[in-house]
Amino acid sequence: MADDVPVKPVSQPDELTEPFFAAGAEGRLVVAVCTVCGDMRLPTSATCPTCLAEGLEWREVSGKGTVHTFAIMHRRYHPAWEPDLPYNIAVVELEEGPRLPANIVGVENDDIAVGMPVEVVWEREGEAPVPRFRPVA
Amino acid sequence: MAHRLRGAAAITGLGITPMGRIYDKSSTDFAVDAVRLAIADSGLEKSEIDGLLINAGITGNTGGGVSLQLQNALGMGNLRLLNHMNAAGSTAAQMVQYATMAIDAGMVNHVVCVFADAPLREGASAGAAYGGAGRRQGPTGILGLSAGAGHFGANTSYALAAQRHMALYGTTQDQLGAVAVAERSWATMNPHATMRDPLSLEQYHASRWIVEPLHLLDCCLVSNGAVAVIVSSGERAREMAQPPVYIWGMGQGHPGDSRSAGDFPETETGARIAAETVFGMAGVGPEDIDVCELYDCYTYTVVVTLEDYGFCKKGEGGPFVEDGKLGPGGSLPTNTGGGQLSAYYMWGMTPLSEAVIQTRGQGGERQVEKHDLVLATGNGGALNYHASLVLSPHAN
Ligand SMILES: [Zn+2]
Repeated sequence: MADDVPVKPVSQPDELTEPFFAAGAEGRLVVAVCTVCGDMRLPTSATCPTCLAEGLEWREVSGKGTVHTFAIMHRRYHPAWEPDLPYNIAVVELEEGPRLPANIVGVENDDIAVGMPVEVVWEREGEAPVPRFRPVA
Repeated sequence: MAHRLRGAAAITGLGITPMGRIYDKSSTDFAVDAVRLAIADSGLEKSEIDGLLINAGITGNTGGGVSLQLQNALGMGNLRLLNHMNAAGSTAAQMVQYATMAIDAGMVNHVVCVFADAPLREGASAGAAYGGAGRRQGPTGILGLSAGAGHFGANTSYALAAQRHMALYGTTQDQLGAVAVAERSWATMNPHATMRDPLSLEQYHASRWIVEPLHLLDCCLVSNGAVAVIVSSGERAREMAQPPVYIWGMGQGHPGDSRSAGDFPETETGARIAAETVFGMAGVGPEDIDVCELYDCYTYTVVVTLEDYGFCKKGEGGPFVEDGKLGPGGSLPTNTGGGQLSAYYMWGMTPLSEAVIQTRGQGGERQVEKHDLVLATGNGGALNYHASLVLSPHAN
């Protein structure tokens, strides 16, 4: 395979989120729960934004949610995404509250709607697990 | 009783450099030009300036942005106030606010506030200046999921916000287009404006998608250039060269984004918080405002900002703008220089500079007849940061 084929940038685990991606590799979606106040989040910092305490545990969630909003990308920003244009980008709100950005798969862009029920489907880009969502049948 | 600081300070100088695809100047060069123009405009001597507040644009992140070294480029050796500030698009209004407070505190006499940026490169698109964050470094963690989903840059963030507003409230593409068309009508009369050809709604619809629901003509320009304003005490302003632009109200609002259920950063912005403070200090309400100069990184930003300041109810911004009331001859003249969509993109200095021109009554062909109260807003991030001013030609 040619070395110069552009590769999509995929988020890599860091110290904080290693369990999130490890669970994803097994097809499970987990969120962080604050061990002090119970705040549930997809953490972007080690401390809890509600009570400011350290300490979290990871809990598997339903993987179900709704499309909070979405957009259809038409512009080529990254060469690896060019074959996918126009592609969708959504913000999914999980039943448990946290939101995350993700692509919606298994549906035409024209059929995506705000409020649409979706469920997680972990896909791979190369080796890396990527959370995407599909409409709930 | 009027707020103690209402009218205590005024904008007394304005400098606007040539704008657009100008490649032979650095951010610092532009900043020096803008400060020189502002000083000349105010009638002050350079030696009388004793405060300097600096805001770099996107080049503050990407390299080559104007820095604290500007002080030395300006040869200002007797400053009593100096800072390099960044709260994204809300910074311009914030600089004026902090200047006002420092003047009131007796720390300083004349503060020059400058924004400069030069992200455009010869032969590269405007999008290349802003859309590259996801490419420059490998994404990690939860925040990296955005780039992992193909989300690159502010265009996507604002498309996501506009889509949610459209879904919740039935806001239409025609209504977003009405903002672009009205602003272009104003730009045709602004010698500083980059885009000066009239625009029809049909042309708006025909412009290519960037990130649906945003067309190219829903998105701001990218400009190389600089704008500077000088803030002085209201008392001194009365003896200076230009008609004083008194600062009646100051407000900020920063709701953040919890990235969780129950918050609606896409449709309920920091403008709601700032509105209470800025109108409270000025002792006025939206019904008293004659001219709006609203941060318009996207057409949608104008719609949601009008709602959050109470010019119309939440969700009714679309129908509110659709009848053309923002354009020349309309009942709420808004972005009267063409804004960031059609004139120039100097972050919060775009609305602020035009607000100064209109408040002074120096708008020439595009001058709004009644300009007793002018609202100037700044917005940054993905509708995360907000600051605003109410300005008036009247001391009280
Ligand atoms: Zn907590």
